[in-house]
Amino acid sequence: MAYVAVKGGEKAIDAAHTWLAEERRGDPALADLTVAQVQAQLGRAVDRVMAEGSLYDRQLGALAVKQAQGDLIEAAFLLRAYRTTLPRFGDSLPVETETMQIARRISAIFKDLPGGQLLGPTSDYTHRLLDFSLLDPENTTPPPPAPSLAGDSVGAIPRVADILGQEGLLEPDGGAAGTPGDLTREPLAFPASRDVRLQALARGDEGFVLGLGYSTQRGYGGTHPFAGEIRLGEVSLEIAPAELGFAIDIGDITLTECQMVNQFHGSKTAPPQFTRGYGLVFGFNERKAMAMALVDRAMRASELGEEVTAPAQNIEFVLYHSDNIEATGFVEHLKLPHYVDFQSELQNVRRMRAEQDKVAAE
Amino acid sequence: MKGYNFAYLDEQTKRMIRRCLLKAVAIPGHQVPFGSREMPLPYGWGTGGIQVTASILGRNDVLKVIDQGADDTTNAVSIRRFFGRTAGVQTTTATAEATVIQTRHRIPEKTLREDQIIVYQVPQPEPLFRLEPSRQETRRMHALSDYGLMHVKLYEDISRFGQISISYDYPVMVNERYLMSPSPIPAFDNPKMDMMPALQLFGAGREKRIYAIPPWTRVKSLDFDDHPFRAINAPHPCGLCGATDSYLDEVVTDDRGGRLFVCSDTDHCAERRAAGHVGNDGFKEAAE
Repeated sequence: MAYVAVKGGEKAIDAAHTWLAEERRGDPALADLTVAQVQAQLGRAVDRVMAEGSLYDRQLGALAVKQAQGDLIEAAFLLRAYRTTLPRFGDSLPVETETMQIARRISAIFKDLPGGQLLGPTSDYTHRLLDFSLLDPENTTPPPPAPSLAGDSVGAIPRVADILGQEGLLEPDGGAAGTPGDLTREPLAFPASRDVRLQALARGDEGFVLGLGYSTQRGYGGTHPFAGEIRLGEVSLEIAPAELGFAIDIGDITLTECQMVNQFHGSKTAPPQFTRGYGLVFGFNERKAMAMALVDRAMRASELGEEVTAPAQNIEFVLYHSDNIEATGFVEHLKLPHYVDFQSELQNVRRMRAEQDKVAAE
Repeated sequence: MKGYNFAYLDEQTKRMIRRCLLKAVAIPGHQVPFGSREMPLPYGWGTGGIQVTASILGRNDVLKVIDQGADDTTNAVSIRRFFGRTAGVQTTTATAEATVIQTRHRIPEKTLREDQIIVYQVPQPEPLFRLEPSRQETRRMHALSDYGLMHVKLYEDISRFGQISISYDYPVMVNERYLMSPSPIPAFDNPKMDMMPALQLFGAGREKRIYAIPPWTRVKSLDFDDHPFRAINAPHPCGLCGATDSYLDEVVTDDRGGRLFVCSDTDHCAERRAAGHVGNDGFKEAAE
């Protein structure tokens, strides 16, 4: 065998990219998938990519999904790498989820409440039976229109947390302390404050946050949670440019918000009351928002004087491992060449074995 | 490249990184947190090194990129192309011609000069991470120069195996103050860091840390008086150029135990062969 090693890397890379493009397009006999179709019909995928890519742009999210062949972590990576090059014009004002144009709003802790329970476009009560009619290419009739909300959702719907708060049974919402941190600009520092933790969770990997949230329910840092309220809908985004002196509406974004209400027995300084876990995610992603709220509450353990024993309560552990772009990069970098290091390990093991054999022979 | 700034990063980001570099140079071996950006290459592929290189690169620089000592490994090719595209700087494979050398896992065999900068890609900047996973805690240990844990680990190695079992990413003390990860270079390369005339910069993108060794700084591989530091290398000359003082890769040539040992530094090997040095296996290559 000739010594070829890795010569020709340049050619190989070009060939790999050509092959990848061909694979992405798939069978040319089939129509090319349009970005508009992805945006309109794979909305949940676009939502997830926008959330983990930390960029609210449905069209670019859809483009990333298409370009990444449906690999959502890769798609989020594409969005992130684009996002980082964008100039920053300013910060928005805090969004008011109380005035959200509600599409879905449920509370698991009150049977009925002001504003009511509103299921919205949920799959919660579907039976998970494959719908073979979707296989039929002739079946192009759009589904009947959903009954309209008939103005029900107009006006602010009070948040369940605020209703509970009136009685003083729920801890007050932590007010914003100065400018919130931004871990995309400043490296993480510990102890990390709650604003940075929430940012990390909001853009963290859905699967990781879900698994951690689940672990708290199975005894690893239990938080006794109740889903106080979950709401989904559009909120308007406002900025207040200094030169204008007043706020202007720059558009609407869809958000999912979850307020978990957690039992708390009180401490030396705080009376028994309910505490909060909070989740807020771009787009329609209830699973992520709920898991985020569980993990947020779990990470407040030391602040509330609880013993920190479980992974979900360990802020450093959660924050350093929740980012799937970092995680996928470092896990997958193992496929890069490591033969220099491996060679030194080989020589090391050989040397240790030789010395062992020498000792055994003596 | 259209739509992007010179060397990809915007000037403000570069300035932020250069400030961190200055701080890092002022405190040799100390890890400086920096606002690492998301790069269009994945974490683990050298995003830290790329950001450092992007921040120091000028239009007249000549860039060399190596991975495992070689200029033609796929990742080295990819990073060199990245800067070729985004900065349009001249690139080279010749160590002597380069003003900036970005490397993963090796230090070139040729002694670097004062007018050169070497940028290391670092996967894990914290030398203590295997012994203490919490960064909050390791920061405290660095602040107090509390490195007992690492000495105990080395001692335990000796008592268990008769020798220190670390063969790459072998911890070093910089300027007699900070314990530092030299990045996953083979321990063979560690002595080259000591009193190196060139500036050594280290970038860890995912971990968001930068550190540096100024030129002519003491860098000592940790050891004990009765167990001095020993570099490891294959006990062979290079099969292609006959070099006996260069770090060797082991190439499996057949399934019957055949091995070829060749210089990992491809430029070093090519230069030696051009000068007429031939190793034992060199004639085979010529015949093919």
